[in-house]
Amino acid sequence: MTAHVETPPTGALARRFPPVAQLVMASLALAIIGAIYMASKFPRRPPLALPTTLVVASALVALVAFVLMARVRDFAWPRFRLVFGWALLAYAVQAGMIEYALVKNDARGAPLAVFTLMLVMFALDVPFLIAFTSARYATPPTPAGA
Amino acid sequence: MASDAGVAAPTGVAAPEAPSRPAIQIVPVKGLPIVAVIVVLLVLSIAENWGWALAFFHVAGGGLWTGIDLFVGLVVGPILGRLSIPARAEFSARFMPKMVLIMPTVVLMTLAAGFQLAVNLGNLEPSNPNHNWLVVSFVVVGVMAVIALGLLEPANIAVLFEMRKPVPDGEVIAKLMQRFVYSAGILGLMQVATLIIMTRVATQ
Repeated sequence: MTAHVETPPTGALARRFPPVAQLVMASLALAIIGAIYMASKFPRRPPLALPTTLVVASALVALVAFVLMARVRDFAWPRFRLVFGWALLAYAVQAGMIEYALVKNDARGAPLAVFTLMLVMFALDVPFLIAFTSARYATPPTPAGA
Repeated sequence: MASDAGVAAPTGVAAPEAPSRPAIQIVPVKGLPIVAVIVVLLVLSIAENWGWALAFFHVAGGGLWTGIDLFVGLVVGPILGRLSIPARAEFSARFMPKMVLIMPTVVLMTLAAGFQLAVNLGNLEPSNPNHNWLVVSFVVVGVMAVIALGLLEPANIAVLFEMRKPVPDGEVIAKLMQRFVYSAGILGLMQVATLIIMTRVATQ
């Protein structure tokens, strides 16, 4: 009979990070809930109090996540910037398509502005998640002179 | 895809003197022109309200999206979960770059064309019998989007970066693949709800 011994994670898995990914997922979820609410009222003009609250909350949660990530020591920033840049390009195209479909269907004024902010959060949160997940397992650059 | 030669096995499996291998491409560049053509046609379809093209993009995109999610989540995922780590790495190196291009494209086709169709058909009007079903479908898509964009896609891309390292970490690949397999399974099950809703909307 052999005993199974749980071995603690080693290498990149052993590093502990603040809950950046969880917070950005929450931010994304808030923006998506707001977008679903507004889309469910389209083409009528929706009440804006709830979606505005949701998009502001989404931005604040993403900001907290960014601050937490910025405080991580020895973070692979070059990897984060590389992945974030390319993913941002891809998701900006996606968000742009959705925006275009709304404008084409006569969305105007404050509702369009709030929906646009939600799309901005979408286009930022997804690259943020992809880039953070890629960077957290990457080898951080060695400081000059080290 | 860049690597059709060998994929280095993860830590503990690869010999240090393993032969050099071509870099794994995260995004298959050869596929980008196809995506660009699809996006341009989609924009034209929405701009000109081409009914046939909108229906094609929505039905073809939705069929592919649902089919791929079901197949990957309920067939490929469980098989992948039972493979050895080197085998998973080998499979993922060839499979995941394709998914990086295919899935966002079919999702974009489905949602953009679907929204335009819903507006044109009046399905979004609160008085329309399909309105509530569409709102439910928005919720299902919203939950799927959070899982796919928040868990599955980051894991997918992080695995590819890990496999580009000279000596990939098998533990990291296993953890990320596990996340991929579970997320794909949940998405596959949620696509059943999409099938129920969309067949109901189409026949109401």
